[in-house]
Amino acid sequence: MTESATVVQAVEATNAAGDVGEARSLGADAWRALRKKPLFWVSLVLITIFVLMAIWPSLFTNTDPDNAVLRQARERPNANAWFGRDIQGYDIYSRVVYGARASILVGVLTTTFTVLLGGAIGTLAAYAGGWVDALVSRVTDIFFAIPLLLGAILFMAATQPRGKPYFVIILLVVTAISILGWPSLARLMRSSVMQVLPNDYVQAARALGASPWRIIRKHIIPNAMGPLIVVSTINLGAYIAAEATLSFLGIGLQPPVISWGVSISDAIVGLRTTPHMLAFPSLFLSLTVLAFIMLGDAIRDAFDPKTR
Amino acid sequence: MTTTTQPGIRPANATGKITYTPVDGRLLDVEDLHVEFHTDDGIAKAINGVSFTLDQGESLAILGESGSGKSVTAQAIMGILDMPPAKIPHGAVKYCGVDLLTMPDDRRRWVRGAEIAMIFQDALSSLNPVFPVGWQIAEMFRQHRGMNKSDAQAQAVRLMERVAIPAAKERVKAYPHQFSGGMRQRIMIAMAIALDPAVLIADEPTTALDVTVQAQIMSLLQELQQERQMGLILITHDLGVVADVADRSVVMYAGRLVETANVYDLYRNPAHPYTRGLLESIPRLDQKGQTLAAIGGLPPNLLRIPPGCAFNPRCRMAKDVCRVDLPALREVASGRHSACHFAEEVIDA
Amino acid sequence: MGKYIIRRLLQMIPVIIGTTFLIFYMVFALPGDPTAGKCGERPCPAAYVAKYRAEHNLDDPMPIRYAKYVAKTATGDLGTNRYGVKVTEDLKKRYVVTGKLALMAVAVEVVIGIAAGILSGIRKGRFIDNLVLVSTLFVISIPVFVIGALCQYFLGVKWGLFPVTVSAKPTLYELFMPAFVLGSLSIAYVARLTRTNLVENLRADYVRTAIAKGLSRKRAVGLHALRNSMIPVITFVGFDFGGLLGGAIVTERIFNIQGIGGYIFRSIYNRDGVAVVGAVTALVIVYLLVNLLVDLLYGVLDPRISHD
Repeated sequence: MTESATVVQAVEATNAAGDVGEARSLGADAWRALRKKPLFWVSLVLITIFVLMAIWPSLFTNTDPDNAVLRQARERPNANAWFGRDIQGYDIYSRVVYGARASILVGVLTTTFTVLLGGAIGTLAAYAGGWVDALVSRVTDIFFAIPLLLGAILFMAATQPRGKPYFVIILLVVTAISILGWPSLARLMRSSVMQVLPNDYVQAARALGASPWRIIRKHIIPNAMGPLIVVSTINLGAYIAAEATLSFLGIGLQPPVISWGVSISDAIVGLRTTPHMLAFPSLFLSLTVLAFIMLGDAIRDAFDPKTR
Repeated sequence: MTTTTQPGIRPANATGKITYTPVDGRLLDVEDLHVEFHTDDGIAKAINGVSFTLDQGESLAILGESGSGKSVTAQAIMGILDMPPAKIPHGAVKYCGVDLLTMPDDRRRWVRGAEIAMIFQDALSSLNPVFPVGWQIAEMFRQHRGMNKSDAQAQAVRLMERVAIPAAKERVKAYPHQFSGGMRQRIMIAMAIALDPAVLIADEPTTALDVTVQAQIMSLLQELQQERQMGLILITHDLGVVADVADRSVVMYAGRLVETANVYDLYRNPAHPYTRGLLESIPRLDQKGQTLAAIGGLPPNLLRIPPGCAFNPRCRMAKDVCRVDLPALREVASGRHSACHFAEEVIDA
Repeated sequence: MGKYIIRRLLQMIPVIIGTTFLIFYMVFALPGDPTAGKCGERPCPAAYVAKYRAEHNLDDPMPIRYAKYVAKTATGDLGTNRYGVKVTEDLKKRYVVTGKLALMAVAVEVVIGIAAGILSGIRKGRFIDNLVLVSTLFVISIPVFVIGALCQYFLGVKWGLFPVTVSAKPTLYELFMPAFVLGSLSIAYVARLTRTNLVENLRADYVRTAIAKGLSRKRAVGLHALRNSMIPVITFVGFDFGGLLGGAIVTERIFNIQGIGGYIFRSIYNRDGVAVVGAVTALVIVYLLVNLLVDLLYGVLDPRISHD
């Protein structure tokens, strides 16, 4: 770091101390930086809309997504059907709204599972050390060696989702991506905990006789969670894209289930004649992925003083 | 990536175009230098009118706390400030009578390293981790003198031997992380003196080192300075370090000079309350059992330097006039200057 | 160095065994009768079923079946697919195609990604920087199969710049568009990673030293800062190779390329377990070897890493 940068930071530090008159925590500091970022708010608004769409699609449309008006099939966007109609005559707007549920569910559930699994395993490996670490790291390597998409395809093919109920298929997709998604988070958490462990406050807690569980819960997790949260926010978008890819390949969700991946898959065949069929589901899918990536980026930047 | 020099573009001896000769032994003339940093919160005035000179063979110490502007002064002389956020609204830095601040960068570049060289506080981060140290020293000869690879490498070995690196021939291909802190700083010094610069700026050269190594590095610097009749600028917050080496010293506070004196006078009889405070905060062996007197308070926020004397909020002697009138740097005894309304009282105290 | 390679190769053995078992288990745990549909409309004769089951050790428990499979694989025999063709024969032909595709994708990724990242990094905050940041975000958020379909339609069908599909023995020109599509996501990541690292290294002390040495800005940035910035980028490209191999399934499907990805996909559809396991195992081993190579390269690029 150059002297001028140091001066600028010193100025900011003394300035802030003078203004507020109290030492602010990193979290409060990050929140202050986050609040000023328009991208943070944009992504938050987008995510809120999509989550609402997933929970109460009827808030956004009164049209039944399963009501096929064959006479109007392939209609371009118009006042009646805002996004037009697809080859079956379904209202695309309504299907896009109802399709949010599958993507959001897969994204949120997969992220929850991978964070819990990867976080726990990574913490365990780093905290226990020794042979536990060696064993866990090798097991992580085994799962890590299978590319996510490839493994998910195998898993989906093995479990034969065709014809099963909606939530079962969703859970299968979630399981497929989770099984292959946790190792990268476990590695991340492991190295992050390794950095926290030598700190004085952890050693002090140990010296004071705190139980391992208490040390992990009170001292290690809060201080090592940062990178995990950032990366899994960004991953959430990637998981949604992976789900769509599985649907595109015909081994994820299947019609008659409504999902963006299925809609896009249907639309690609008719790209020439009905481009609007591809445009709207793709747009929504991309916006969702984008929103989570931007949110993750914004949080990371806020917590990293260097990029401010 | 350009790993090789491009023949033809660069003159074989770039400095040969212009030769700088000091007038009456005067190397540097810093005149009323101002530097400010444009930050999101406003303009931070890091340097507010600093003037001093440096002669051939002279060593000048710039003293002050961090944030006093001593390093920024050095970087302004070198021309390595990041602009923006830094800006030099006013002032001149004359090298052999030529103002460096108005010089086009393609000419000024040949001054850097060849005429005025600099070493930094943290040698580990200041050396490039992925290139061998010999390569980094040789780069000076390759780039400035257009020397070929093996000649430049031979020069690097010679310099490493000069700064007393054991087994220089073998270690020329080693990487920075393979050396100890003191050895790394020696390599930085070797790189800085490679082209026989007239001025050497050392910015806290020993701060990151062990006490015993500090002394070795300082004596190496002193030796090289006398051998080559360089002008040496020593920047430090540690008054103990410069005592043996520096001839003259200037004390900076909030981007201004508050006192200039020869080192002996400065130590024995400071003429500014700030200098006095700095001296009192050095632990001394002959005053065991006494509380160490630290200067109360913090250096001022450079965004809002207090009116009057910038030191007044921390000064034990401050009177009303200090909060209103900015004291000018004035001669208080022969060869001594102080920027304090009550300099005479400070000297007598 | 030699010792390190041997140690790493030895470490790879348990990982390969674990990974292949995982794949083996997923594929052969498939419910249903593997001989179903092998004899046309009618069920297979009992004698054929018995022979088939014995040949594939179907009556043994899973670990023993796996052990027998490994023993056979060790002799270089990956079995025969359901058409009676040796899997090794199939793979030999197809590996060339997928290898070409993946290497071209890496080339595209490295050249375009790094160039964009450098441009963006040295002009931080300017127009070109924002352009790179925004366009990479777009690429990241649009699913690869949508990008592929759009490229195919516009560049191939509409403007006729590139061939729409790829022949069985594809030329480099035929593979360019698929390689670009396959690498598109990685291009975006490489560009962002290059930018982040370059921006950080531009503020490093040694760059200040380079300037203080009187080097030109071009040399200080283009040699000193860039050399350091490339270390994480090259590591990323290596680890991302697995993602490329997984993504090849999608790309090969869109452009109808006769590579490993398409082979795996078709074999899954045909419930041809032997072929799937053979092909996936081959992919995973290549991926692991590439990772080893990247680790070794890392030691060359960063002298601070020692492989003793």
